[in-house]
Amino acid sequence: MAAQTKTREALVDPIFNNNPITLQVLGICSALAVTTRMDTALVMSAAVIGVMMSSNFFVSALREHIPTNIRIIVQLTIIASLVIVVDQILKAYLFEISQQLSVFVGLIITNCIIMGRAEAYAMQNPPAMSLIDGIGNGLGYGAILMGTAFLRELLGFGTLFGAQLLPLASEGGWYSPNGLMVLSPGAFFIIGFFIWALRAWKPEQNESE
Amino acid sequence: MHASVAYNLAFAAAVCVVCAIVVSTSAVALQDLQAANAALEKRRNVLVAAGLAESDERPPAEEIDARFEAIRAVVIDVATGQEVADIDPDAFDDRAAAADQDTSRAAADNPAGIARVAHHTVVYEVRGAGGALELVILPISGMGLWSTLYGFVAFDADLQTIRGITYYDHGETPGLGGEVDNPRWKALWPGRRAFGDDDEVRIEVVRGRAGPVEADPYRVDGLAGATMTSRGVTNMLRFWLGGEGFRPYLERLRVGGGA
Repeated sequence: MAAQTKTREALVDPIFNNNPITLQVLGICSALAVTTRMDTALVMSAAVIGVMMSSNFFVSALREHIPTNIRIIVQLTIIASLVIVVDQILKAYLFEISQQLSVFVGLIITNCIIMGRAEAYAMQNPPAMSLIDGIGNGLGYGAILMGTAFLRELLGFGTLFGAQLLPLASEGGWYSPNGLMVLSPGAFFIIGFFIWALRAWKPEQNESE
Repeated sequence: MHASVAYNLAFAAAVCVVCAIVVSTSAVALQDLQAANAALEKRRNVLVAAGLAESDERPPAEEIDARFEAIRAVVIDVATGQEVADIDPDAFDDRAAAADQDTSRAAADNPAGIARVAHHTVVYEVRGAGGALELVILPISGMGLWSTLYGFVAFDADLQTIRGITYYDHGETPGLGGEVDNPRWKALWPGRRAFGDDDEVRIEVVRGRAGPVEADPYRVDGLAGATMTSRGVTNMLRFWLGGEGFRPYLERLRVGGGA
């Protein structure tokens, strides 16, 4: 029973209670970069979930054997290898989207969330739990990405997943797209609003004075 | 755990070897699929530049090959503009040729960031029933903000009016410079004019908005939030349509009526 609750917590906690983006404010760079459209955000989320669950699993499996003084570089080597593999797979099977994501798949290597989970969780916990923690944190990251991409694509282009929902004024409709949403500052504002909303809902997330 | 230097070294070496094997296995296993994707994407973009496919259309491979029937790939000598018959265009690798000292020359310092120009390159021609030139499609490349952009620009038979422009490979920021792929932006190009009255390259991607084709034929809207990529597009067109690029070839087509 207790074990089940713990598993559930590892999976669900990072989505709202301990979200890597809104609470820990990690992984912001890619959250700004790939959220102009829903489809790129979705593939990016999937890629991060894949990398994070595998890196957590392998780091955890090796945790008894990794020498302390080279542990960070070992974690990074594992993460980097996984990212390259994911990038290769996207180029082979999801060519179109991998072109749109361009450099940002490679930059998953530098995503602090993944390093953070490897160091903070996988180094102390068994492989199965670490894998679930990786999925949970990936879902937390993905949830914010998808939410941000939803607003940015809808308000910035009037589309969702590329389908025109709001008819554009330039094409005879009524909607004037908001250029700010397409630019990075738009994502900053949206993520800021998410953080505000989440902390209003869960006041315990506020930093103490 | 705290360990001896020897253990650290051995562990690091073991991790590296295992990771290297994983990475190279995936790269080798997926190589053919990736190369096929890239080649198909290049052909698709030739069609898009030529107006033979919509820019957001992704026809299956057989359909792309079928539409390619109308197009003839020609290897030319860049410096003279003459056709080179003894090189197979299908087997020719532009990028490898430009990178190799023996098959390329150094370019003069240019804002497009092009270091070397291959002696030979592949261009594409579409000819009518009587052999009259209808369309010519030229490869272009140059630096944007982060990356080199590779694409095509197509000209009508007057070798002045742009039929289309497209990029098939770049590493620009998605949503900003990456919008060179946006069909709406590409749709601004057809009908624009590349050369001014005294034959200098006049086409330019401006900051902000340009007018409609008839009123403002030499300018194209800039990409919002992507000044460097927009400039890169201007620079590479100036380079490739100029004397170091396809000028000799275009001159030959003009004089010879494309024969």
